[in-house]
Amino acid sequence: MTDYAHHETLVSTQWVEDHMADAAVRVVEVDVDEDAYSEGHIPGSIAWAWRSQLCDTVQRDILSAGQLSRLCSQSGIANATTIVLHGDNNNWFAAWALWQLKIFGHADVRLMDGGRRKWLAERRELTTAIPAYPPAVYTPAPPDTTLRAHLPGVMDAIAHSHALLLDVRTPQEFSGEIFAPPGLPETCQRGGHLPGARNVPWSVACRDDGTFRSAAELRRLYAAEGIDGSAPVIAYCRIGERSSHTWFVLKYLLGFGNVTNYDGSWTEWGNLVGVPIERGSSPAAAA
Amino acid sequence: MRPTEYSERSLECNGWQVRVTSYRLGGVYYCKADNVSPGAVLARSQAPTKEQAEREALHRAEQLLSRVKRYPV
Repeated sequence: MTDYAHHETLVSTQWVEDHMADAAVRVVEVDVDEDAYSEGHIPGSIAWAWRSQLCDTVQRDILSAGQLSRLCSQSGIANATTIVLHGDNNNWFAAWALWQLKIFGHADVRLMDGGRRKWLAERRELTTAIPAYPPAVYTPAPPDTTLRAHLPGVMDAIAHSHALLLDVRTPQEFSGEIFAPPGLPETCQRGGHLPGARNVPWSVACRDDGTFRSAAELRRLYAAEGIDGSAPVIAYCRIGERSSHTWFVLKYLLGFGNVTNYDGSWTEWGNLVGVPIERGSSPAAAA
Repeated sequence: MRPTEYSERSLECNGWQVRVTSYRLGGVYYCKADNVSPGAVLARSQAPTKEQAEREALHRAEQLLSRVKRYPV
């Protein structure tokens, strides 16, 4: 982990096992499959449900400062707590939680490299006991708006080539062959991608065991699509969680200075009246 | 408790790659089938045997994948 720009943002499964009982650490599981935690989880860890606890459930949006404050307080997380996030599928929704915590200025938040998958494969201890922590005082910082892209900024980037657009969905979603990941409900009126977008599927950043590739490997992967940190990058996917994983990779593992996550993503752009789209494979893939 | 008999395998189902992950916890086998790319869970199951758990998860995954529409590009 030492060749990353911010290696302190990753911890190993062994590190988590060594710090499970550390009062200054809170291990939080965030799964796309919200039933996974109840099967068995890291002792002392809590779960955050991404649908109901990491989104505004009325107006489509991320958490407000007040909502995050209540969530952390109820989780026994204070501003000084080291939060270690992990989850299924290479930590994709754990990265979604990390992105929001960073927007509101949490200083020390990390991902457990390999996520739930690695913990299971290594046959580490699990429990079904759900811990209860006393409420803590949590004060979010004012939101860092430089970490998030909104529709006007994306439109401006397309119109004036202010940033590179990075679509991290599968090649079939990118081209428009399918409107949603296989087996999931279609939530868009159209298939395709934002004009000029490059395509690097989010999961190529991880090895088969769920851990992140080395910095050198990651640089090569993104450089093949012209993503090298020299220009601002706007990452997007379907609803913004795969792209938060890529956002983490570019910003914290590779140290790129200007990376935003467009969480409106394709479910926003692809359903808008009157905006242009493109279809077909990326130029690099077609070459 | 510790998981045992952890296994992952990929196979093709209705033209799509499916990953079947299963493990045993206590006396129960847990299984989930995901769509590999991007890895969203299509089905999960639990059963007294690994074979039954995997069969049930795959059956559900197959039903969902059979409904995927492909559009001309």
